[in-house]
Amino acid sequence: MKFLENLVENLEPKFEKGGKLEKWFPVFDAFATFLYVPSHTTHNGVHVRDAVDLKRTMNTVVQALIPCLLFGIWNTGYQHYRVSGEDALHAATFLDMILFGAIRVLPLVIVSYVAGLATEFAFCIVKKHTINEGFLVTGMLIPLCLPIDVPLWMVAVATVFSVVFAKEVFGGTGMNILNPALTVRAFLFFAYPTWMSGDKVWISEIPATADATAGVTQLGKWASTIDVKADVSKVNEIMESTFSTLDLFLGIIPGSVGETSVLVILIGAGLLLHTGIGSWKIMLSGLIGGLSMSAIFNVAGANPFMSVSPIDQVFAGGFMFGLVFMSTDPVSASQTEVGKIIYGFFIGIFAIMIRVFNPAYPEGIMLSILFMNVMAPLIDHYVIASNINQRLGRAKIHASH
Amino acid sequence: MSIHVKLNKGANIKLVGVPNRITNVAPDSEFYALKPSDFHGVTPKLLLKDGARVEAGTPVFFDKQDERVVWSSPVSGEIEEVVRGDRRKILAIKIKSDNQFTAVDYGVTDLSSIESEELKKKLYTAGLWPFIKQRPFDVIANPSDQPKAIFVSSFDTAPLAPDYDYILEQKSADFKTGLKALAKLSKTGKVNLNLPILKDVSFNETEVFSYEDASGKSHSVNFHTANNSPVSSQGKTALNAVIKKYSTPSELFTKSDDVALNTFEGPHPVGNVGVQIHHINPINANEVVWTVNVQDVAIIGSFINSGKYTPKRTLALTGSEVKIPQYYEIRLGAELKTVLGGGLKDAEENPRFISGNVLTGVKIAENDYIGFYHNQITVIPEGDKMELFGWALPVQPEKLSFSRTLWSWLVPNKKYRLNTNLNGEERPFVVTGQYELLVPMNVLPVQLIKACMIQDIELLEGLGIYEVVPEDFALCEFSCSSKIPVQTILREALDLVKKECA
Repeated sequence: MKFLENLVENLEPKFEKGGKLEKWFPVFDAFATFLYVPSHTTHNGVHVRDAVDLKRTMNTVVQALIPCLLFGIWNTGYQHYRVSGEDALHAATFLDMILFGAIRVLPLVIVSYVAGLATEFAFCIVKKHTINEGFLVTGMLIPLCLPIDVPLWMVAVATVFSVVFAKEVFGGTGMNILNPALTVRAFLFFAYPTWMSGDKVWISEIPATADATAGVTQLGKWASTIDVKADVSKVNEIMESTFSTLDLFLGIIPGSVGETSVLVILIGAGLLLHTGIGSWKIMLSGLIGGLSMSAIFNVAGANPFMSVSPIDQVFAGGFMFGLVFMSTDPVSASQTEVGKIIYGFFIGIFAIMIRVFNPAYPEGIMLSILFMNVMAPLIDHYVIASNINQRLGRAKIHASH
Repeated sequence: MSIHVKLNKGANIKLVGVPNRITNVAPDSEFYALKPSDFHGVTPKLLLKDGARVEAGTPVFFDKQDERVVWSSPVSGEIEEVVRGDRRKILAIKIKSDNQFTAVDYGVTDLSSIESEELKKKLYTAGLWPFIKQRPFDVIANPSDQPKAIFVSSFDTAPLAPDYDYILEQKSADFKTGLKALAKLSKTGKVNLNLPILKDVSFNETEVFSYEDASGKSHSVNFHTANNSPVSSQGKTALNAVIKKYSTPSELFTKSDDVALNTFEGPHPVGNVGVQIHHINPINANEVVWTVNVQDVAIIGSFINSGKYTPKRTLALTGSEVKIPQYYEIRLGAELKTVLGGGLKDAEENPRFISGNVLTGVKIAENDYIGFYHNQITVIPEGDKMELFGWALPVQPEKLSFSRTLWSWLVPNKKYRLNTNLNGEERPFVVTGQYELLVPMNVLPVQLIKACMIQDIELLEGLGIYEVVPEDFALCEFSCSSKIPVQTILREALDLVKKECA
């Protein structure tokens, strides 16, 4: 290990100002600080510092996503064998499923990291910034919120687009308005809709022999009741084929790679809440928002989709995944504590509203979070104004005495 | 009417090196120094030249912005040297002591008859005005102001802070006089003295305390032995009695005259006078509040009682690197080495000497002088070493984090030997919600700091810049994931607002 330490120390002068490789300092710095916490010390102000830094923070979020990734890998394999027929499912071992899933999921992860980090590195070298850790989380979120068979080149294009136009043009980490991972998803959704929706994209390599409804997600099923709402028997048939609450909770169903299982998402949520890195205010108010909107629809009950129970609504689709991992992104969320409650609540409301009112966009959470990302500064503006007014009010009362 | 304020936000940082409650008189220093850098915003103009003879209480320099405010020599002797830095900036005025400690006699003050303007004049001519500071901006007060209140916090909750009840019980007469004098200067005719309900007492493992049992017999008990003895034993009874004794505020404070008492409870920064003012009598635009450190009240009192300026301070020598952490009585401006006689522990790392506490103190060299306002010296290890994968490992018993990303939350009472490593690199603001947990005031800390960064004065006024000083945000700087120098940013913004609005 001493060897590595010496290497870092010996190389450093070459990358510093005036060194031969000065231009490449951000890259060197990224690798050196990945290996070692640098020897930088405090100078004035607070002389001791908390052990947490941005690397550790981002690393914790990545850790919280690992259960979703592992479950997604297995579920990809399982879903494939499930639609391949009874015999194939019986013949496949646990390892077969993992292997099948890994071969398809890991390339998504690698492409998202390579495309994203390359773009970030390029920007940092040109703009002479140090490389920030923000993309470590984004790079993991991207594959988990996509359908399994989306072509790798699309992922690369969308990731580059997102890093450049959603993040770097605004000033990089900490400055972006939209969540970069969701921007990737939205870009793909609108640019290549056939790869991002329908009943064929959620399971890898659906054989032609498979049941026509085998690859339909819960949201797809609910949405399809609207097209046939005149025919009561057809509606009933569809509603009977939907997954149970327990299925939705366990998540052994078709869907985007990491979003299906509420159980494993809750494990990640537990880590985020325990470490204090994910905001409980956003998660809780978002959940309440989603449940309330579903309950209001229940009362209205104009169609079968509206009558779905609130628990099923929030368990289905990407609602929980988006709420736990994407709405809580501190940069694009509301930044005041009161604002977080309002922001989360409306994410919940709009996510359910979009999916029920507009079945063309079954995944309401994506648009809902992006919309509230845009609204977050407005919410903060009013929270800040209220603090300022309280202070002015106090001064006036004081002056009048 | 006494107000009780309970605060939940904030955190106590527990460090190794709590001072034993023993006071040694530090050996006399060969040189004493006045360092203009201790007085924020002051431009010193010298009154005397190198080699000039001074008594304790002879004015040495004044402030260019307010010629009435002078600084006096703390000892008798002659001016050895005026140390200058870049562009002839005065770094220190070094005074060689003649070890006689003779002082200018300004005459004993009769507080019952003196007018407040006359009292002010007496204080600033003798060089005691720098002890009186003002909010907003945390600078030396303007003698022409009449403050809406004068606040004194009787306790300090910063890491390893000195126990003021212990210190001031030895100076009770001077303290009482000091309070009486300050009460004359306030519009309200009283001093707002803020007390804790119960202090958070901590002991050094080696501390020996005396304990009187039920029969009135006195025992010497060692903290370590008592703490590790069985619950029902006499050791525990003694310890509990001593904890009770030390955690109750002294009668010197609770039975003071000329004061309005208010009580507080909660974690640090509850002891910060700015936080207390915010909850008792918040500062609006165009209002001024004065604050005086509780030990400086006794220095003022001593001058009133004796007519002589012979400033002495009881200083806590603290920190993990100190062999015997304890209290020392020093004269203001003494050399650091006069209190380091007990030596430092052997350690691999170099020591960092801090005049003040680890949150707000100033880094000084071993041959430097103790800061004018500081009641504490902290010595901790430097952290100038690289650490392999230091950002990833979850179990690092020597590191502390307010977040639960490390396992330090499992041992809330552990005392740490923290070093000066930044534990990361500076980054843009990313994580939110951290600062809000640590500032027990109705301000929006992140938005306030961002307003400081963009220098938006109107927004700063709206967000409460007049109510905050850097020390109130020290915990934010400690816990910041992005390693943002919060106190420096706030200090610069305060200077800007002061300049623009003055």
